[in-house]
Amino acid sequence: MSAAPAIDVRGLVKSFGGRRVVDDVSLTVAKGEISGFLGPNGSGKTTTIRLMCGLLTPDAGEGQVLGMDIRQQGHLIKREVGYMTQRFSFYEDLTIEENLAFVAGLYGLSPARQHVRDTLADLGLTARRQQLAGSLSGGWKQRLALAACIMHKPRLLLLDEPTAGVDPKARREFWDEIHARAHDGLTVLVSTHYMDEAERCHRINYIAYGKLVAAGTVAQVVKGAGLTTLVLEGPQTPAAARALRGMPGVDQIAPFGNTLHVVGRDGAALDRSARQVAQQTGCALRPSETSLEDVFIHFMGEARDNMA
Amino acid sequence: MTRWFSLTRLLTLLRKEMIQMRRDRITFAMMLGVPLMQLMLFGFAINTDPKGLPSALVAPTQDRFSRAIVSALELTGYYRFTSAGVSAAEAEALLARGDVSFVVTVPSDFGRRVLRGDAPTLLIEADATDPSVASGAISTLSTVAAQALQRELGTQAEAAAQAAQSLQVVVHRRYNPEGITQYNIVPGLLGVILQLTMVMMTAMALTREIERGTMENLLSMPATPLEIMLGKLLPYVAVSAVQVLVVLGAAQVVFGVPFVGSLHLLLGGILLFVLALLVLGYLISTVARTQMQAMQLTFFFFLPSLLISGFMFPYRGMPGWAQILGEVFPLTHFLRFIRAVMLKGAGIEAVSGSLLALVLTVLVLSLIALLRFRRTLD
Ligand SMILES: Nc1ncnc2c1ncn2[C@@H]1O[C@H](COP(=O)(O)OP(=O)(O)OP(=O)(O)O)[C@@H](O)[C@H]1O
Ligand SMILES: [Mg+2]
Repeated sequence: MSAAPAIDVRGLVKSFGGRRVVDDVSLTVAKGEISGFLGPNGSGKTTTIRLMCGLLTPDAGEGQVLGMDIRQQGHLIKREVGYMTQRFSFYEDLTIEENLAFVAGLYGLSPARQHVRDTLADLGLTARRQQLAGSLSGGWKQRLALAACIMHKPRLLLLDEPTAGVDPKARREFWDEIHARAHDGLTVLVSTHYMDEAERCHRINYIAYGKLVAAGTVAQVVKGAGLTTLVLEGPQTPAAARALRGMPGVDQIAPFGNTLHVVGRDGAALDRSARQVAQQTGCALRPSETSLEDVFIHFMGEARDNMA
Repeated sequence: MTRWFSLTRLLTLLRKEMIQMRRDRITFAMMLGVPLMQLMLFGFAINTDPKGLPSALVAPTQDRFSRAIVSALELTGYYRFTSAGVSAAEAEALLARGDVSFVVTVPSDFGRRVLRGDAPTLLIEADATDPSVASGAISTLSTVAAQALQRELGTQAEAAAQAAQSLQVVVHRRYNPEGITQYNIVPGLLGVILQLTMVMMTAMALTREIERGTMENLLSMPATPLEIMLGKLLPYVAVSAVQVLVVLGAAQVVFGVPFVGSLHLLLGGILLFVLALLVLGYLISTVARTQMQAMQLTFFFFLPSLLISGFMFPYRGMPGWAQILGEVFPLTHFLRFIRAVMLKGAGIEAVSGSLLALVLTVLVLSLIALLRFRRTLD
């Protein structure tokens, strides 16, 4: 198999009304990889995905998706990509089966019936095939959307927050499904706000205010952030939290149950401050692994500082 | 071929549209209900031959001839003399206020002229602001009056009988000199009904996709603008066919509108008009972001076209600038076309101007619509 990546875009820029919503974003996703796309609300994830599947034209930048040019060959890319929109966008006044038949017709799948029947069976939708899409619960809507975007056997899946509002069991099943297909060679770019989902990805990309801030495996991203995390534990953690606020080296303070996580870039200063407060409040102090969430919150703060 | 157009894809889009149309009961009912309701309201309200219209009589000299004429007019059922023996000025005021629909003036020398056999004159002033109201009453007038005189004169001098024959009835249609006949209304109504439903339905159908977010999905799949456009428009061509059938059927059966022209020409012109409307609706949907906006834009277009196309008021009666503005609306050309073909039996040469205008509208609007429609979301 050639090493040419499934997604390779460079310097993408997109402005809306003079505001750079996507600002010089370069992204590489290798074939067969599940790549996470993370970032705060409004950071430009959806816009970047739309740029890559030809729904929007970039103001600047270039790139290939599945080896096809995103500016010139959008119509070819569309046939090979399955795009699951952030908002449910199938016809609510059509049944599951009718929706799938519609999609099959547009992709020119033949025999359409067979494709629809197989896909229904594949995703366990057969029993509900006569139900109107509008009357489905969130989990089933998501399943229909997934069915519709993998029916034409795309080589790349672009999933925009596919599991928002879906219960943990359905999410787990969804990810099992995705991993199974990636194992068969499907490439997936999936945006999400869930940390546990980010950790299920082979690699993650973090975007903030239109700029790509970090990319790599979870471990690489966490390590690259260069953060130190300490945990204080004891009955006096609220007092400790108050005392720590504003002390040198302390960037984030987050209570987790009876414990307090403090995070900072300057490990030595953080250590000094935490030690002092732990003594004052009688808390136990121990070092800890930095979590992905801590890293993301740190990125958000940093990106905002850069904006100002 | 498959890049720009594929029959499979078009059929897929059509099938989907049909299912949606079938499930959307209210809209479906509206597409049939609107023409029926408009037909009933406009058709019957305007075509009912109104009887017993309030009238004023100005007769300075009450003689047997004037009495004969008045009673004969009352017998027709059209006239109901509510103010008899008023002065000319009072009658004028009554007419202006709309208290009476007619003023019948029997000149003071009327009797003398009749007896002398000297072409007597009868003056009828009609409030023609709603012209079709007056037309039935006026059309019966001169025969009724002449017959009344004839009867009244009986065996009297031949010269006098001659006078009855030569009776002149002068009709003044006040406030609206161009009297539209009732036959104008029903063919015109076809244009109005088609315009309202076709423009609105297509405008809403596409905007609905944008509003509900399904457009993003549709665009991410391999469907081309041409296919999407045709997929949206063709179902409504079918709907319009039903509407045309209903209205033309009613025109014949219910309203007895004469049809003297060529059916093929008529249907061809209607098809052209429908295309213009559909493309217009489509164009609106490329501008509107929500269904509400689409609706408002439709009415923004619909109301003026109703007023200055010649449907409500006689085209020739409008000031020059309004006539020029009126040329913009497809309805104007369609009204000219359908009235000429249905009522006057005009051939294709006679209506080529209107047809050409419609063709031009379709071409220009299609071009704008296709240019405006982006395969992308920006
Ligand atoms: N068509 C558009 N016109 C104008 N502004 C837009 C358009 N699409 C997106 N934006 C703006 O661009 C910014 C980025 O939006 P985008 O939807 O890409 O963010 P996102 O990362 O997907 O956010 P979320 O996590 O909430 O889905 C937002 O501020 C949004 O308001
Ligand atoms: Mg988004």
